[in-house]
Amino acid sequence: MEATAVTPGATSTPATPPRVEEVRSQFPILAREQNGHRLAYLDNGATSQKPLAVIDALDRYWRQQNANVHRGVYRLSEEATDLYEHARRVLAARLGADRREVVFVRNATEALNLVAYSWGRQNVGAGDRILLTEMEHHSNIVPWYQLAVEKGAEIDWAPIDDDGRLDLEAFARLVERGPKIVGVAHVSNVLGTINPIRRIVRMAHDAGAVVVVDGAQAGPKLPLDMAAIGADFYALTSHKMYGPTGIGALYGRRELLDAMPPFIGGGSMIRSVRRDEITWADLPAKFEGGTPPIGEAIGYAAAVEWLDAIGLDAAHAHEAEITSYALERLADIPDLRVFGPPAGEDRAGILSFELQGVHSHDVAEILDRHAVCVRAGHHCAQVLMDRLGVAATTRASFAVYNTREEVDRLVDALNDVRRVFRLD
Amino acid sequence: MDDLYREQILEHYKRPHNFGRLEDSDLEYEDTNPFCGDEQHVFIKLDGEGRVEEVAFEGKGCAISTAATSMLTDELAGMSREELVRLPKEFVLDLLGIHISATRMKCALLGLKIVKSASLGSAADWEDEGQPGDRSEATRTGI
Repeated sequence: MEATAVTPGATSTPATPPRVEEVRSQFPILAREQNGHRLAYLDNGATSQKPLAVIDALDRYWRQQNANVHRGVYRLSEEATDLYEHARRVLAARLGADRREVVFVRNATEALNLVAYSWGRQNVGAGDRILLTEMEHHSNIVPWYQLAVEKGAEIDWAPIDDDGRLDLEAFARLVERGPKIVGVAHVSNVLGTINPIRRIVRMAHDAGAVVVVDGAQAGPKLPLDMAAIGADFYALTSHKMYGPTGIGALYGRRELLDAMPPFIGGGSMIRSVRRDEITWADLPAKFEGGTPPIGEAIGYAAAVEWLDAIGLDAAHAHEAEITSYALERLADIPDLRVFGPPAGEDRAGILSFELQGVHSHDVAEILDRHAVCVRAGHHCAQVLMDRLGVAATTRASFAVYNTREEVDRLVDALNDVRRVFRLD
Repeated sequence: MDDLYREQILEHYKRPHNFGRLEDSDLEYEDTNPFCGDEQHVFIKLDGEGRVEEVAFEGKGCAISTAATSMLTDELAGMSREELVRLPKEFVLDLLGIHISATRMKCALLGLKIVKSASLGSAADWEDEGQPGDRSEATRTGI
């Protein structure tokens, strides 16, 4: 089987972006009905729905192409290996990276744990500092906390301002303390803030820190040009990027990955195993112990190619339009407070809000009766919840297939919550 | 008429009974709903015979968890620690009198779990009924 040639850094933008109806027609689940309503899926920050291109790639793999990779000399295994490694090249092209800098993992959480465990254990010691932001997801907090406890390191927290933006002056002061590593989300999963990532990376690098970026929310939304961003590590997950669950990617600068010890020990990640000596495989296999999620990796690449065909610019413009419309409509609902920056270039389509006097679970429960799917709770960001002074928020998050009509339904359903709870 | 958010539930949510702290409590316990991070703290004062004299609770929560604990605390006077520990989940579900979905079961039973833990003096061994993935009708229907 011939692998299609992929050019690093190349993303195609079609001449005319597809209409939202055309995009929607590629997602079978969006035709689902609940309580007589069509599904309004507004929980894309948790996971996106999957287009036919991805469903078909998975189906084709499981029906016709399944074999283990890097093992068999028979044709089927060679074909599976080729598809798996082609998937890596597709990811590498999207990231503008070398294929050896792309490690397949289960999800962004595993990517961040890999960095904390492997790089962190080797490079962070007693009294060293780790700089995180108040808006981090637990997956970019917990592994560092575990490392800090194990090594006797200290964690500093870069604060946010009242608009939900990172306070860059405070960040600059904290970075002067000389942290070994800076962990920062590219896009906040609660506030929708798009962090000025290049500037943050430059500030951290100037202070001699290594930077790990949590790109879980940025993955489906922003260009992921690693050279432009400049991060040392960048964590991605497929299922928020229209791909399957169970697969994600860690980008790591090659010299860092080369110097790091493996994460998971087992098959595939070794060059040789003798009774008294083990040597590691070359990159990226060194970090991929055990049989990988092969079909999922292939599905992930199909999702990346699908989004490239839609055009990242078109997807971004659509989301920005829906977001500013939603912010405008939500502002008219009494007793409702939206967190995060106002509409603008640093605002992604992730809207967390609080309806005064109603718990987010009750909001989400009533929205569900209108077949409006949102997330309720602390969003795995309890440090941020404390900063915002709330226990939980309700969150609507948009994707390429969402419409203004769905925003209207969200608003109508929120007014129904007000009615049920007699807020008028 | 809304089934889940019926008048009685909303009343208990907006004006929970026995809400506050007891400074001279004999038993107390605090726990969180891992699903959402909601917290409740229950205080129990016992009389000379070791029976519940006064109960109070505080915390942040949704309508279901707040109403459930509010209703529960109304019913505990006169019970011994052993009786508190043996209280079945149906006791709370009957008080609520509404269908509780699998995802909201933790909300409905948080207060009961804390009351039992307070009586035991340690975390009650707990397997929520109606857990996701449980297909048995008895646990799914809750009541």
